[in-house]
Amino acid sequence: MTKKNPMSRALVRRETIAGYAFMLPSLIFFLGFVIYPMVQCVFTSFFDSTMNRDDIFIGLDNYKELFQDPIFRGALWNTVIIVVVSVPVVCIFSLWVSSVIYDLKGPVCSAFRCIFYLPVVTGSVAVTVVWKWMFNNYYGIFNYVGTKTGVLDQNINWLGDERFALGCIILILLTTSVGQPIVLYVSALNNVDQSLVEAAEVDGATKMQCFWKIKWPQIMPTTLYILVITTINSFQCFALIQLLTSGGPNHSTDTIMYYIYYNAFKLYRYGYGNAMGVVLAIIIAVLSAVQFKMAKSE
Amino acid sequence: MKNSNFNRSTVYKVVSVAAIAIFAFLFAFPLYWIITGSFKTPAAINSTTPQWWPTEWVMDNYQKLFSRQVAPLWELHIPFTKISFAGPEMPAALRWLVNTVFMAVASMILTCITAAMAGYALAKKRFIGRTVMFSLIVCAMALPKQVILIPLLREMSSLELYNTIWAVIFPIVGWPFGVFLMKQFAEGIPGEMMEAARIDGAGEWKTFYTIALPLIKPGIGALAIFTFINSWNDYFMQLIMLSSTDTLTISLGIAKLQAENATDFGLIMAGASLAAIPIIIIFLIFQKYFTKGITMGAVKG
Repeated sequence: MTKKNPMSRALVRRETIAGYAFMLPSLIFFLGFVIYPMVQCVFTSFFDSTMNRDDIFIGLDNYKELFQDPIFRGALWNTVIIVVVSVPVVCIFSLWVSSVIYDLKGPVCSAFRCIFYLPVVTGSVAVTVVWKWMFNNYYGIFNYVGTKTGVLDQNINWLGDERFALGCIILILLTTSVGQPIVLYVSALNNVDQSLVEAAEVDGATKMQCFWKIKWPQIMPTTLYILVITTINSFQCFALIQLLTSGGPNHSTDTIMYYIYYNAFKLYRYGYGNAMGVVLAIIIAVLSAVQFKMAKSE
Repeated sequence: MKNSNFNRSTVYKVVSVAAIAIFAFLFAFPLYWIITGSFKTPAAINSTTPQWWPTEWVMDNYQKLFSRQVAPLWELHIPFTKISFAGPEMPAALRWLVNTVFMAVASMILTCITAAMAGYALAKKRFIGRTVMFSLIVCAMALPKQVILIPLLREMSSLELYNTIWAVIFPIVGWPFGVFLMKQFAEGIPGEMMEAARIDGAGEWKTFYTIALPLIKPGIGALAIFTFINSWNDYFMQLIMLSSTDTLTISLGIAKLQAENATDFGLIMAGASLAAIPIIIIFLIFQKYFTKGITMGAVKG
């Protein structure tokens, strides 16, 4: 016992050296291109910072301006709408689809899973440009189908109308968001302890009861993970907005992410953009923590 | 009683599968529209009555896309010198494709190497500061990637990497999801095997190379395809870091096409097909690994 202590100290030292040696290549990139910019982001948010000029320290002025900026508040509100609509819809839709397809025959199930994943793989730019065409005022198929079937009495300028633009964006966002949750749910449902399900069926439980009483608790961790990633993804909705509406008409589709981009790369207000980034990061961190807490208590 | 129950659930199942099939059709439709649209004549595209199936297939849109701009097919710079080798002049769209493939492959290789090593260390080495490292990685993962883009842009300009493909690659490699994923896989390496290797006199590197690496190979496959597809589609980063015609990626190129020719949908769809089809083929080939990668990342939550 007394002999083991110095031995293990030598071992710890060896392990530490080896550990960091293995970590080193990854750490260079991680610290250099993730952690350093994050620190810079917080730091610069206290400065008036723009191109070709030294930063000027202004304390909390960026944050003060932020909370009085009506466009920022509008962008925050739009982001909240996108998150509040898309997160539950994505979760419920993907749970429904997965619960139906997971016990279909192998190839059928993976074909469905594949199709729902296609919009993710296709890439945001290709997806966005085709939707832009489909929503087009004159040549789009939405107006054609709508007027032909009598749902619409005249062509609607979907993306140019304050009442519809945000809805269109949410619709496209939904099609690109359900792919990953479906993959996750299908594999989680396949991993559910089958003996419990069989036991319940022998006892005369209905399919519904089986699902909610036995499978649902077991796929709870997956649900939590899906909630977190969908929330983060919805907050980050950017390519759609930049390519479809540029935040318009009349700021009706501005989101925080787009407004950060607009301030930093169109107005070159780096400090102000960074302050928004910090606020966004705090919001997401708090939401993730709440979601984790809720899931832990269950 | 049991019988009616059985019937009801069968009916539910059939109706649901039918409904899901309709949804699946709607999900696949935009892709269908991109591909068929790229072969339609301008008249078919600019008609208010859509052509559900192209009556006439033409290559005009692709010809237009390829004749718009030219750029050397590749350019090789020797670091720290002014020497460079340029490839033959080709349509710019092909150059964008070359750039995109290079970016995705380089990100993939660098990510796999660094993440496999770091994930192994985090899972199997009991070193001081390990828990701190791991929590730092998990926290960084939860933050939105885009908030670091402004400082990243300034960092890249001061490193003189702005408007080079490396400005996109390095942040992708630094993103800690890969390390997290590889740690999950490396947890499964049995300790006895490593112990045995050590008793046989294998050094740290040899243990990693001969024992750990073969065991985490499926994980590396998953990470490789995951990184490849994600970097291919990482539009925001590319948008900010790349600006001149010969450094653009295919996604950026299409976005630019769209900004310059807003209503020439045939041309834009040709570009979109060029961007989407290669990545979809790759996805279909490596689908199995990909699914594994997504699910493994979620296991721990």
